[in-house]
Amino acid sequence: MSFAFFQETLLTLLPGVPLTLELAFLSTAIGAVLAVTLALMRLSGVLPLDYFARAYVFAFRGTPLLVQIFLIYYGLSQFPAVRQSVFWPVLREPFWCAIIALSLNTGAYGSEVVRGGLLSVPHGQVEAARAVGMSGLLLFRRIVLPQAIRQALPAYGTELILMVKATSLASIITLMEITGRAAKLISDTYRVIEVFVVAGAIYLIINFVLTRIILALEFWLTPHLRERPEARELPADSAGEHA
Amino acid sequence: MKTLARLAGLTIAAVAMLAAPALAKEWTTVNIGTEGAFPPWNATKPDGTLEGFEIDLAADLCERMKVKCNWVIQSWDGIIPALQAGKFDAIMSGMSATAKREEVIAFTEPYGSTGQTFAVSKSSDLAKLPLNGELFPLASKPEETAKAIETIKPYFKGKVIGVQASSIAEGFLQKNFADVAEIREYGKTQEHDLDLASGRVDAIMASMAYVGTASKEPGNEEMTAAGPRFQGGMLGKGSSIGLRKGDDDLKAMFDKAIEEAKNDGTIKKLSEKWFGFDVTVY
Repeated sequence: MSFAFFQETLLTLLPGVPLTLELAFLSTAIGAVLAVTLALMRLSGVLPLDYFARAYVFAFRGTPLLVQIFLIYYGLSQFPAVRQSVFWPVLREPFWCAIIALSLNTGAYGSEVVRGGLLSVPHGQVEAARAVGMSGLLLFRRIVLPQAIRQALPAYGTELILMVKATSLASIITLMEITGRAAKLISDTYRVIEVFVVAGAIYLIINFVLTRIILALEFWLTPHLRERPEARELPADSAGEHA
Repeated sequence: MKTLARLAGLTIAAVAMLAAPALAKEWTTVNIGTEGAFPPWNATKPDGTLEGFEIDLAADLCERMKVKCNWVIQSWDGIIPALQAGKFDAIMSGMSATAKREEVIAFTEPYGSTGQTFAVSKSSDLAKLPLNGELFPLASKPEETAKAIETIKPYFKGKVIGVQASSIAEGFLQKNFADVAEIREYGKTQEHDLDLASGRVDAIMASMAYVGTASKEPGNEEMTAAGPRFQGGMLGKGSSIGLRKGDDDLKAMFDKAIEEAKNDGTIKKLSEKWFGFDVTVY
């Protein structure tokens, strides 16, 4: 093990970081929209929607992401109909195939997390909101969703970290992100330990930053759980009025 | 205390067994690692057993060496680390002896060599590449080779060429074609075949032997070899058996057996069976 080789490895792997982050963030963003949509379908009470969402989650949670990536990239391109369709310019690109697979996958996991969050909002809150005249979208946007997000955040944060690591599978469809570059460097140099230690460290740093952001978000969303600042002294007469 | 002593005894025995290959040892069994996915060199049959040129050749070589040989299937990208880790004693997996690999492991004399060539879709305009089928040895005829590369280069402008990552062909493409074409790297050769069939890549580069076999596979009906063939130099001396550095006795045994198999025409006979042409390195 030499310091020079660690440095060379770092310089070889670092150019893969932007691709890893692009894959992670883009698919998480699309996946989040998908997750909320699926969770709402599950809770809609409309049977066809409910069952579609159930089947979707079952299929995408029940099969390995590796298999999904292979099927979307190599599987779909087998059909001439797909190659001649309007989707081909997107589906021929390994990058978009990876984004599609990662988004569909995290959408399934995320929907269950969001569903848990939505269900955790006490019914009394909804009744109270109805009592003051809120309904429909307004109730959902002002009362249910903010509380659901707050409840779901810790579990969703885990899903985000898993997504960063899941991007490493994109290397199997020729995308040279961090793991792809590491695998290539190992084939070139046969130095497994040094290369994977550096690759692991890069993921660790990315996920460290990510967990800090999630923690900060959690802190920001839960002002009611923080210790109150010293109660300000109120003027005696106004205190009397309130009593 | 008794248990402790027994444990210590066991540990010493285990260490001695691990250290054994480092000492001069009588070779009675040789474990050979192969990818099992690189026909016609080596391939896995539907029932899980191996077949191919190397499988037949190894049977012949092991008989000459009077040792028992076992096969171990190992994915290509981990094959050298696995050799070094002692998972097996030799690599026979269509592996060319390149200078870079020779830094890490030892190689026997080459037992077979086919050139590297391009494969394209029959319907693509690259199917009409000039110098089709002509052989250019990098080491012995460098000027002609350089001229051949310059001749075909313009045809690849803006194209995507697929190749197995970290293969000798990849090094060749990166050096000579990366400035005009995008070189896309695949973990397995079958994967670039799929992408050639779907049109994601415009050409692939692989050994002549591989292209010959792969183009006969279902799904690859459109695949055809095109342009010149290259061999030697940075493309390696030919396929050789990879061994751990230090196993000099094993290398001597294999070298002798390969030499014999070469001289009595066994390699020629086996290569004609599996490749359809002679791959002996003369």
